[in-house]
Formats: sequence, C-alpha cells, structure tokens
Amino acid sequence: MKTDELVKMLAAGVEPVDPRQIARRFRLALATGTLIAVAFTVGILRLNPALSRYLPEPMFWIRETYCLALSAIALLGVHRLARPGRRLGLVPAALALVVIAMWVLAMVALAPASPQTRTRLVFGATAAVCPFLIALIAAPLFIAHLWIMRALAPTRLRLAGAAAGFAAGSMAALAYSLHCPELAAPFIGIWYLCGMLIPTMLGAWLGPWLLRW
Amino acid sequence: MNEKRLRSLIAQGLAGDEQAYRQFLTELTALLRAFLRRRLARLPDQAEDLVQEILVAIHNQRHTYAPEQPLTPWVHAIARYKLIDLLRRRSRSDLLHDPIDDETELFAAADAEAAEARFDVAKLLRALPDRQRLPIWYVKIEGATVADTALRTGMSVSAVKIGIHRGLKALAATIRSTA
Repeated sequence: MKTDELVKMLAAGVEPVDPRQIARRFRLALATGTLIAVAFTVGILRLNPALSRYLPEPMFWIRETYCLALSAIALLGVHRLARPGRRLGLVPAALALVVIAMWVLAMVALAPASPQTRTRLVFGATAAVCPFLIALIAAPLFIAHLWIMRALAPTRLRLAGAAAGFAAGSMAALAYSLHCPELAAPFIGIWYLCGMLIPTMLGAWLGPWLLRW
Repeated sequence: MNEKRLRSLIAQGLAGDEQAYRQFLTELTALLRAFLRRRLARLPDQAEDLVQEILVAIHNQRHTYAPEQPLTPWVHAIARYKLIDLLRRRSRSDLLHDPIDDETELFAAADAEAAEARFDVAKLLRALPDRQRLPIWYVKIEGATVADTALRTGMSVSAVKIGIHRGLKALAATIRSTA
C-alpha cells in the first residue's frame, strides 16, 4: 500500500479527541485501586485500634506526609512517563529528597539511643511482615496504574513499569499506615521503603512485556 | 518552522478537522521518511514499512499529545520507540534465519516501490472481525460518515467508533508482527 493512501485512510472521517477521556480513566483507575487497597486494609488487616491515640504524635503526621508526598510525586512520574516525549524533570530528585529527609530523621532518632532501643527503633514489632503486606496491598493499585499506562503510550517501558510499581507501592503504604502500629522514623525509612520497592522492581521487570504497544 | 506549523495542524486535527489532519500526516510523512532513510540506509523497504507503522502509531496514540506540549519530542519519542522495536525484532529474527536470505533480499527492493510498504492493508483488514473491518472499510476507505456506517452495518454510532479504534490498533499489531 502506498503511504499517501494510508494517510488518506487514517485521516478519513477522523473524530475529535476528547482530552478529558484520559483524566476520566485516571480517576476511575485510582478510585477503584484505592478502594480495594483500603477495603483490604480495613476489612482484613483491621484498623489499628490505637489510631486515635496517635493523632497528637508528630511522627504519625510525618509518616502520613511521607507516604502522601511519595505518592504525589510518583503519580506525576506516571503521568509523564505514560506519554511520549515528556521529561521526568525533577521527579527522581524529589523522590530522593523525601526519602533522605526520612533517613535524616532516622539518624536523629538512632544517634542518642542505647543499642537495645536502636534495635527496637529499626525493627519494631512488625518488620518481618510490613514490606510484604505493603506489596500485597499494592497489587490492585499496580494493576490500576498499568491499566492507565496501557491506554497511553509509554516509550521507556522499564522505567514506566517501575514508576507504576512505585506509585502503587507508595499509595499502598499510605493505606497500610491505617493498620500499622509503627511510628519510629528508622522503621518507616527502611521497611516502608522496602514495601514500595517490591512492586517497583516487579514493574521494572514486567514493564517491557506488559506495556508494549 | 515545521514545529509551529505542524503543531497548529495537529491541534486542528485533534479537534476533528479532517483536512488539517491529513495535511499534518502528509507533511509528517516526508519528515519521517527523511529521518528514517538516513538511519535505515541499507533497508529502504523497511524504512517505508516503518514510516507507515509510525503513522499508524501516531494516529492511534494521538490522544497522548497535549496541544500545549512541544510536538517534536512527542513525534521523535514515538519514531524512536518504533525504530528500536524494529531493530530489536530484526536482530532477533536474523539470528533465526539463514544469512543467505539477506542476499536474496538484496535485489528484491526496487527504488520505484520505495514509497510502497510490503504489507497490504486491504489484506490485513480481511483478517479483522466484521465489527472492526466494516467500520474501517466504510469510514476510512470509502469515506462514509460514522452515522451512515452505523445505518449500513446496523451497529450503533459508538460501536462504529470503537470498531475503528480497536481495528486500527489490531492492524498496528499485525503490521508489527509481520514486518
């Protein structure tokens, strides 16, 4: 077939593109993914009964802000990597900054502590399950992000998959924090991040297969 | 400037202006061809296939272009993605084929046919299910309106639109696997 015939065919009766369609898909995917993640946390893991006692604790709000900030930055990354020719810009630097801020807080908490207290600050009571539960809660969100990306056109598939995984992981961590009894900065700086990195690595691994177009 | 001119053409095209959109694709074709000929100098046939594959991709992904965004990086990212995809496929299939194939192919490509890709869209269309093939045939090839096509096929207007959209996606996938 001649290329100008193809051009004629593609242009024939072309329909206007509704720019709101992508935004609708974003909203639908994120709402559904979040709903399942929160339902799993509240329904199966149960809300932390001590949650209301945490409210006056600054570390509670720091933990929520940490997860929320990472989610927001990661969403921006997904938004950009899902479209051809968009630069990531300051997204990686911003993610690093938030993580480093938590690590600085962790150092501050660990420095004056006795060795026994240090162990407690790092491992808490739930370090063995925290990353895996976050990764599990991330599953519906991971699917949601991949579903968004498949409707768009990522061109750096490994990176796009990783961004989808990290966005899912950080949003899952936010949901998990409703159940999680840990407030120590070293714990959050290590185990929450590990939980986010499990879907990230999965996304980097699967991206080239799942996101091809 | 190409960027400025093409950007206003695609913006009109995204708003549903068929003429502007055809003009956009036509001018883009020439640019893509020059871009790819330089990079695929030894594979002129593949170059034209790839031009068409990229055109279909740009059409199918036009909703990912935001009019406030510069056009050149968007087109370049798509062209680059499809070029790398082709090179990866080739190096993989070259490993499977007897190297003598390359020699027989050496004279198969005539210059006059260079603007013609090796796959035949009409033939590819026949492989699609009716709900995709008919809307593409009536709207895209015969030039009927979506409303007319809906009447002629007994499909709803939105089914016709979805059929075109999915059909072109399927077509792109077939081109990819046969190229």
